[in-house]
Amino acid sequence: MPSMYHQVLIVGGGLAALRAAIEAKEAGLDVAVMTRVHPVRSHSVAAQGGVNAALANAEKGRDDTIEKHAFDTVKGSDFLADQPAAITMTADAPLRIYEMEHWGCPFSRTDEGKIAQRPFGGAGYPRTCYAADKTGHALLHTMYEQAVKRNIKIYEEWTVLSLVIDGGVCRGVIALNLRDGDLVPVGADAVIFGTGGTGRVYGRSTNSIIVTGSGMAVAYYAGVPLKDMEFIQFHPTSLFGNNVLITEGARGEGGYLRNANGERFMEKYAPKAMELGPRDIVARSIQTEINEGRGFPGGYVHLDLTHLGAKKILERLPAIRDISINFVGVDPIEKPIPIQPGQHYSMGGIDTDADGATVIKGFYAAGECACVSVHGANRLGGNSLLETIVFGQRSGAHAAGYVRGGGKGGPDERLLREHLHRMRERWEDLRAADGPEDPAAIRDLMKETMIEKVGIFRDEAQMSEAVEAIKKLQERYRRIHVGYRGRRFNLDLLRTYELGMKLDLAEIIAKGALNRQESRGSHARTDYKERDDANWLKHTMAHHTPDGPRFDFKAVEVTKWQPEARRY
Amino acid sequence: MSITDTKPRPEDLRSVIVNVFRFDPATTDEPHYDSYKVPMTGSMTVLDLLFYLLEHEDGSLAFRYACREAICGSCALYVNGTYRLACKTQLKDLKAEEISISPLPHLKVIKDLVVDMDPFWEKYERIRPYLINDEAPPEKEFIQSAADRLKMDDMVDCILCGACHSSCPQVWTDEEYLGPAALLKLNRFTVDTRDRGNKERTKLFDNEQGVWRCHTIFNCVEACPKSINQTYSIQHLKRRAVARRLGMK
Ligand SMILES: Cc1cc2nc3c(=O)[nH]c(=O)nc-3n(C[C@H](O)[C@H](O)[C@H](O)COP(=O)(O)OP(=O)(O)OC[C@H]3O[C@@H](n4cnc5c(N)ncnc54)[C@H](O)[C@@H]3O)c2cc1C
Ligand code: SF4
Ligand code: FES
Repeated sequence: MPSMYHQVLIVGGGLAALRAAIEAKEAGLDVAVMTRVHPVRSHSVAAQGGVNAALANAEKGRDDTIEKHAFDTVKGSDFLADQPAAITMTADAPLRIYEMEHWGCPFSRTDEGKIAQRPFGGAGYPRTCYAADKTGHALLHTMYEQAVKRNIKIYEEWTVLSLVIDGGVCRGVIALNLRDGDLVPVGADAVIFGTGGTGRVYGRSTNSIIVTGSGMAVAYYAGVPLKDMEFIQFHPTSLFGNNVLITEGARGEGGYLRNANGERFMEKYAPKAMELGPRDIVARSIQTEINEGRGFPGGYVHLDLTHLGAKKILERLPAIRDISINFVGVDPIEKPIPIQPGQHYSMGGIDTDADGATVIKGFYAAGECACVSVHGANRLGGNSLLETIVFGQRSGAHAAGYVRGGGKGGPDERLLREHLHRMRERWEDLRAADGPEDPAAIRDLMKETMIEKVGIFRDEAQMSEAVEAIKKLQERYRRIHVGYRGRRFNLDLLRTYELGMKLDLAEIIAKGALNRQESRGSHARTDYKERDDANWLKHTMAHHTPDGPRFDFKAVEVTKWQPEARRY
Repeated sequence: MSITDTKPRPEDLRSVIVNVFRFDPATTDEPHYDSYKVPMTGSMTVLDLLFYLLEHEDGSLAFRYACREAICGSCALYVNGTYRLACKTQLKDLKAEEISISPLPHLKVIKDLVVDMDPFWEKYERIRPYLINDEAPPEKEFIQSAADRLKMDDMVDCILCGACHSSCPQVWTDEEYLGPAALLKLNRFTVDTRDRGNKERTKLFDNEQGVWRCHTIFNCVEACPKSINQTYSIQHLKRRAVARRLGMK
């Protein structure tokens, strides 16, 4: 039987992936989407607060411009973003947002009936377009509708486990069909990853449980470098207990942060921006309060919305209210919400250019799995939804151009079989694994190690311990057992396979962080407190070798704005 | 608990009996319930519980999950006789000594708690679930008043979990009936001031397999984990259909 084949294969069903699929389909190509979960279940659906574009719709945002958006992005990134990429993203932003609106996205509205915009941290103007506090849901459902409209073929509950590459050219993937447990070779002239972040390498993550970083790992094993992986964003406000996100929009709408003494402590840390400082700064401020004993027992502070009044909360933050009532039994109309910082976003990812292209011809990445880089050392809230639709579109267009210009026109059977064979060996080895080690225990330890030792505040001693701990866990992983050897819907096997990938990503994050002897954006070292542009204004690149990652560096594109001190 | 990352405190611990539906149609085993005794912590959800079983009791258990915060629609199940999202349901709120967990009823089981949602998606696709408007779009956004936006409010909150579809006796008996979720979606576009698809869509819902199959039993409203009133939308569409037939629209 000949292998499955599509001209453009999109991996993932979130915003970036679907936007890429739509673009390639519009170009008249044979396109298919392959995704671990049904598209609307993707993590994008959980995004709350909004998406940035300089539309100048808000009363206080009339002077906003694309250039100001670009500058805020670069400054927010602590000058690690590539400036031309940030300019590209902010310039495309209005186009993509209007397009989503034309496609039916139910944005909230201003009094004039325009797309409503709210203030978000680190931005000079109210620039964040929103649909109440369910913006990701509104965008993803709209995007999926557009995919349905265009009849895009979707393989649901398929997980891509490896890339098929030949002489630096991507020729397809090997994927697991979860429902029957088969490994299937799929030929493609271009493959675009929109596989999302790697949040669940960490404990206390706000991310969906499926955000495992598997796409990043697959690309890494195939020889594509991962960039700036040490930069992990910790969101200031996640629910104490299960770390469900409480959107920055809650502070955008006027919420206060208070410590156990009732003080609005942001006065000390960002006297001008207060609660709306950028995320890294607010997260560190909260953690400092907790570490210095001004938090509540267990380690949290209060996000107080009570002064906003019932009307505003019900209208602008209804989902936050539901989440809070449902998971901790607190109605924010009456009482403050208990919050603590949580792992939230991976600034790093698969090294791409602003068209999503990588070092492998025909292999593209967009969205959170990619690092263009527009977020540098710290992403601004509302910029990652933007990144998904901007670079999803761009990578779809570029991949389509590439295929049209010289697509190989069919699967390479021999090559696909060869890769299938190799993948199958690995898979069957794991399926038979019968060692003494328990995957759940390893997973828990990994997550704890990462949040405790490569977390908000970092230092040499702790990170060295983390590197050692991860190494030990990798060794234990080699003596693991799987609990279930059946084929159909074997979650145990898939999750155990992914655990191996997560450990490798954890290693890259920890080692990259240990290397970087400075503080920049989300990477805050207590032993190197200052940003060091002379030595560290550069991207970390991690390359796969059998003995672990090999690191080198790549220059940051500084074209318009010279690095300056970051004050808010 | 690996999902919540909160360690159970000893004082929280007590045990609960859980009966979980098990079935793999690819084997000769009959559908049955397996019983487990599980240590329960203060805020443990049904989804936490399923992960506990997967990791500590039985790696063969199949279920769906993603967001764990009631927004992705993966985890709708039938728990102690009620439609629920596993991730949103805390065990303590069930106020029961024994917990029974089953897949969404009336859908084909793929394995254990995982059902075949294709009939649900097929209905969704049938109503042309996207904004229809062939006019050239404005240079910027369409102008839509906040009041007009509000009309779509609870309809756009649907997470496509399938609970209402599974709960509807009319769906059980008439394979062609669009069902509450698809009709809700259809109405969402009908009330969207940007949409021009009313004419095409009227054909889709003004017929025996459309709104007229609904006998206002309200199972859907009761089943919906997002407190959406699908019946209201269906009634709205019925009124529209009648008005059109009377030549009023
Ligand atoms: C709680 C929360 C709230 C947020 N709110 C905001 C916000 O308000 N504004 C903002 O700008 N950003 C926000 N973000 C960030 C933003 O939501 C994400 O960065 C963005 O949605 C990522 O989209 P994506 O398309 O790259 O990936 P995702 O939406 O994560 O999609 C990844 C897809 O890839 C699939 N997949 C993964 N691996 C594989 C594989 N190996 N094979 C096949 N398929 C695979 C998955 O099934 C999924 O479909 C938030 C993040 C969180 C955690
Ligand atoms: S209307 Fe409610 S029950 Fe029905 S699919 Fe949507 S969210 Fe689920
Ligand atoms: S896991 Fe997403 S709704 Fe329950």
